[in-house]
Amino acid sequence: MIAELGLAALWLAAGLAALQLILSIPTVRGSVDGAGTIRAVAVLQGILTLTAFAALLIVFARTDLSVALVFENSHSAKPFIYKVAGAWGNHEGSMLLWVTVLAVAGGVFAVLARRTGERTLIAALGAQAALGLGFYAFLLIASNPFARLNPAPLEGKGLNPLLQDPGLAFHPPTLYLGYVGLSIAFSLAVGALVTTEVDSRLARAMRPWVLGAWILLTLGITAGSYWAYYELGWGGYWFWDPVENASLMPWLAATALLHSINVLAARAALKAWTMMLAVLAFSMSMVGTFLVRSGVLTSVHAFAIDPERGTFLLALLGIYVGAAFALFAIRAPRLREGAPFELVSRESGLVINNLLLTVILGIVFVGTLYPLFVEAITGEKLSVGAPYFNAVAGPLALLLAALVGVGPLLSWRRERRPVLRRLTVPGLLAVTALIVTIVLAPHLAILPRLGFTVAAFLAAAAPLPLTGRNPFRAPLATWGMVVSHFGIAVALTGMAANGAFTSERLAVAQSGQQLTVGPWTVAFDGVTPTAGKNFTAIEAKLRVSRGEGALILLPQTHYFSDPPMETSEAAIQTFWDGQLYTVVGREDASGGWQLRLWWKPFVTLIWAGGALIAIGGAFSLLGRALRGWRAMRARREPDWRERYA
Amino acid sequence: MKPKNQRLILVACAIVAVLAAVLLAMWGLRSQASYFYTPADIVTGKAAQGQGIRLGGMVEKGSLRHDPDGVTIGFIVSDGKARTPVVFRGIPPELFREGSGVVAEGRLEGGTFIADTILAKHDERYMPPQLGNLAAEHKAGKTLER
Repeated sequence: MIAELGLAALWLAAGLAALQLILSIPTVRGSVDGAGTIRAVAVLQGILTLTAFAALLIVFARTDLSVALVFENSHSAKPFIYKVAGAWGNHEGSMLLWVTVLAVAGGVFAVLARRTGERTLIAALGAQAALGLGFYAFLLIASNPFARLNPAPLEGKGLNPLLQDPGLAFHPPTLYLGYVGLSIAFSLAVGALVTTEVDSRLARAMRPWVLGAWILLTLGITAGSYWAYYELGWGGYWFWDPVENASLMPWLAATALLHSINVLAARAALKAWTMMLAVLAFSMSMVGTFLVRSGVLTSVHAFAIDPERGTFLLALLGIYVGAAFALFAIRAPRLREGAPFELVSRESGLVINNLLLTVILGIVFVGTLYPLFVEAITGEKLSVGAPYFNAVAGPLALLLAALVGVGPLLSWRRERRPVLRRLTVPGLLAVTALIVTIVLAPHLAILPRLGFTVAAFLAAAAPLPLTGRNPFRAPLATWGMVVSHFGIAVALTGMAANGAFTSERLAVAQSGQQLTVGPWTVAFDGVTPTAGKNFTAIEAKLRVSRGEGALILLPQTHYFSDPPMETSEAAIQTFWDGQLYTVVGREDASGGWQLRLWWKPFVTLIWAGGALIAIGGAFSLLGRALRGWRAMRARREPDWRERYA
Repeated sequence: MKPKNQRLILVACAIVAVLAAVLLAMWGLRSQASYFYTPADIVTGKAAQGQGIRLGGMVEKGSLRHDPDGVTIGFIVSDGKARTPVVFRGIPPELFREGSGVVAEGRLEGGTFIADTILAKHDERYMPPQLGNLAAEHKAGKTLER
């Protein structure tokens, strides 16, 4: 019953999306006044998709095995939280989540948007409905989440144990909110290109959505990186896996957009470029979804085995991206020139930022898709991994990080002050860091060494925009920028320290034996069996110490029965100066156990930096919202006084 | 600067940036992409020595041996046509076992493959990308033999 309700809500929402699209065309032309109706329809559509998603959550929470999706991905013995989270841990459920976020974002946008011209707003809602329609069709035709099984099976197949982790409950929804938040920027850009009203008002309307989406993407990527780090038991934080790149590419485009949108808002310049980035950012979200959801990554051949979904998604991608860029090509020449700027100016700095981000995006894009192209064309199989991305994108990212310290010091339009003098202290710090690493660690690889140098420079340069005035009277958005830029320096330090100073120990230990890793002594006290709600496990007992005081670490290996699988649960202890990461492997013939130990100095800075970057974004968003609210109140104030005078 | 010139300069910058990205990517791909080989490719000398490559096939039954240090393993990867011995130091992924598929990253030294990484098989339904194909070919071959 509930499943049918969900399906009905989904069909209704699809119908409303069609209505919204059809109504928007004459309204934009001015022949019909349908603005109020369109807003209402957008809100209703959001409510209906929420209903459908709630229905899916309920059938998963109840483990209703007559629903095929529940049977495929759930099991009655699963902890409750993973039953619920299992709703979006699969193809159909995650596509429903995607559509829900798309429609809800459209509804919220319809209610809140006041800053753009009415025609642009309606055109944007039409574009949003067009986006929605394609994905409704995909859900209802090619991946119905509510399909029934008759007769209902007695027990479900279970959820991949790797996904039974609190990380799963938050990671995909966060990323999806980010991906789909960019859809509003896309729709607004399409709407503005239709009406050619590309101005600073548009930028101000678009900015909170881009900022919000970017914050969530940053959080999602940071959390995903930490999840891979502790869950997979390999001690790495980024693998350049295509699935990871699928989330990195929209982030890179959104970061570029976030910066160019400020130029459009403040100076009404870079119009065409900003519109292109807005289209590009959501296109990258769709490319990411296509890569992850079509099965094309597993293999070009797997793609051919399940052609319906993959082809459907590829067609949607082609239509939307193609149509948006075609519209861009037609309308871009008609956009009027923005305000001019000199070669040394804030605008130029942001242009360089954008160019570097776009180049990095291109490199990641090519590296991610190249194996697919080669296999599809020549049948030759190859993989592009960390060596390519580190060697090609790494130096550019470092150059960008260094310039991040310079750009915010430049003033709009033209810079006449001696900016370089303000960078004396950061420059000296960078040279010191370089010399220290050469003296203390002469055999360091080039990237970590430069990483330390750039991080030292940026850490000192990032707060400079707050100096030379009362920092507590600076706008919250400036604080946000400073915090984010400082976060880059923090994350960079973590990456460089992890690359340079990680010590690793792999050995077989007999009970009672001692091993050392970095400054640590690890005593192995044997292995004991244990059990959890839906798994059995073995647990190793490790006593670790450096100098005085010992701690106990208990790495485990879990054995699941539905589906049958083992996962290793690393025991990780965090200290102020790093993490001790321990994994227990298997028993060898002599009765000893394999142990893998890492000492990773300052590795936590990587995620702390990511969190700082997101927090800075939140400051900016809050600052802009407060300012908007104050401006609105200031405008209302006279009316209020007149009324009560 | 006139607005029109400014736009021209920006467009030129963008084009240069995109070209640079493509050239950089091409250079990177030529020197850094690692190719996937099967034991049959290695026997026929397709794979270069000492270069980062991937090797895929089935772990031959009865070939797995442990070195006395407890953390180095050796096994033979076979694709039904040829066999390549592999040496790996580390803890192999959980579902690595004899008779199942494997993809190893590493390099060839002489006739032996020195693996740095053995790719994890995430669950029992997962087939390493390149092996999905191989297994299908394998099956097709067997049917033909019959």
